Amino acid sequence: MSIFAYEFMQRALLGVLITGLAAPALGTYLVQRRLALIGDGIGHIALTGVGLGLLTGAAPVWTAVVVSALGAVTVELIRERGRASGDIALALLFYGGISGGVFLVALSAGQTNANLTAYLFGSPLTTSPTDLTIMAVLGGAVLAVTLLLRPWLFAISHDEEYARVAGLPVRALNLLLAVTTAVTVTVAMRAVGLLLVSALMVVPVATAQLVTRGFRATMHLAMLIGVLAAGLGITLAGSYDTAPGATIVLVAIALFALLAAGLAGFRASRRAATRRGSPMTGAGDEPEPPDVLLAVRANGERHDPAHDR
Amino acid sequence: MPADPPIPDPPVATPPVVAARGLVVAYDQRLVLRGVDLHVDRGEVVAILGANGSGKSTLIKAILGLVPLVSGEITLFGTGAAEQTGRPARAWWRRDQGRRDQGRRIGYVPQRLGAGGGVPATVGEVVASGRLARRGLRPASRADRDAVEAALAAVGLAERARDPVGSLSGGQQQRTLIARALAAEPQLLVLDEPTAGVDSASQTAFAEALRGFVSGGGTVLLVAHELGPLRPLITRAVVVHDGQIVRSEEIPEPVGHHAHPDHDHIHPHAPAEARCLWGLRP
Repeated sequence: MSIFAYEFMQRALLGVLITGLAAPALGTYLVQRRLALIGDGIGHIALTGVGLGLLTGAAPVWTAVVVSALGAVTVELIRERGRASGDIALALLFYGGISGGVFLVALSAGQTNANLTAYLFGSPLTTSPTDLTIMAVLGGAVLAVTLLLRPWLFAISHDEEYARVAGLPVRALNLLLAVTTAVTVTVAMRAVGLLLVSALMVVPVATAQLVTRGFRATMHLAMLIGVLAAGLGITLAGSYDTAPGATIVLVAIALFALLAAGLAGFRASRRAATRRGSPMTGAGDEPEPPDVLLAVRANGERHDPAHDR
Repeated sequence: MPADPPIPDPPVATPPVVAARGLVVAYDQRLVLRGVDLHVDRGEVVAILGANGSGKSTLIKAILGLVPLVSGEITLFGTGAAEQTGRPARAWWRRDQGRRDQGRRIGYVPQRLGAGGGVPATVGEVVASGRLARRGLRPASRADRDAVEAALAAVGLAERARDPVGSLSGGQQQRTLIARALAAEPQLLVLDEPTAGVDSASQTAFAEALRGFVSGGGTVLLVAHELGPLRPLITRAVVVHDGQIVRSEEIPEPVGHHAHPDHDHIHPHAPAEARCLWGLRP
């Protein structure tokens, strides 16, 4: 690919690939807890951190990590209380975060609007070697937590009450997950921007679970889809000079739509074939496991899964 | 089992599995439990009965430490959970550590699958999560995998380990939850309405799994609307009414029309909502 002859494009590619890998890994837990939009809120809060960094001359990435981590912990404590007023508190926090960020960025001298846009919607083409190092380190930390602690994080995400009775350190794990969410947001900030972070956490997971049957499989496939969307998106953006962050997210959504439509079409044709064809045994009436469906699609031929047993 | 042994049967007294004294629980200033005492000895199978809203589910949640106590004291396996009263946020780390020791001895079977579940999970994954209570933060060993397999086999779901729990029937999901509890090889099983809305084939498999657990020396505390196939296993019934225990007695063998499986056993002293005693069957 000729566009990747440029060093800045190589850095951009690596940066978005790290994001494409880390964001869905963390997002699987958020989707599991039905907190798909929490990443968006943390992204709002992170903007205040960016503003603080620009204003004080500190590296915005680190101030964003600190402020969004504090925000994520606050969100977690509000969620833990489970109060009815919780979503009002979250709204205050999220909108306070984004307006605080815009306010601070505007205050900081010499910062133009273009800079704000870069943080809100990503600017992977401006990834510096330092940025890339930071993304690799933080992305590695996110992957370490989400992959190595999967059984425990799965337990608290799947049934928190049960995990509590079983004596797991539920609160410590919850706070760890909250801080990891904040770190993921910061990693993804350069690639897709704070307003699109949540898309890379959620859309690949939604795509993966169209065809998966288990949690681990969903997580791994979502990571693969995330990497695919990131790589494809940055290539398209580099070739056609489109907005990289938005292109990556649109590619991710297109992958979802393609897979969903393909599955629906396949099921419809299969139903029609079953109606026409000879009556099968009772097992034939059950929907085929999705991975079998995929295998069948890949081979381009039909076979009865009952023969496999 | 004698109700009032004049002399303690074993010379060395084994600590009760559950000893709760004067439990008071309130939700938003409304008293749900008003001074409940409950004592469960090793090997007992105790059913907590009562109408909807009587406080029976709250009672087991309090024993499990899932709802904060206004006052009262709970001792499990002879050791008190650290700091049960007061603000729940207090000394959370120490409390977590105390829970960890108890957690591996208690298997909790909630009414239905947890609220989580935006992502599919296989039966095997859910049951394996039950093993974590015993496993701690170690990687899974051979023994851990064997325990998960044994738990799946005990409820007759060994063949479904790789299927998503969402594809199972209500009864099979319930059996998944008991397998999750059994995977930790607990000493006490606490079940919240295990048979509500469960098909009879699953109820029988469920009763079988419970029988195996009890014959291995396990203790059971369960909340129930209807006992169904669990009926022969129960050694004692406790009736909760309006936040208090109004009766606690060993279950007599049912006689006459009471013995009929379809008999709705409604007590004349039960409150008006006794109509709902048999619950909303989904």
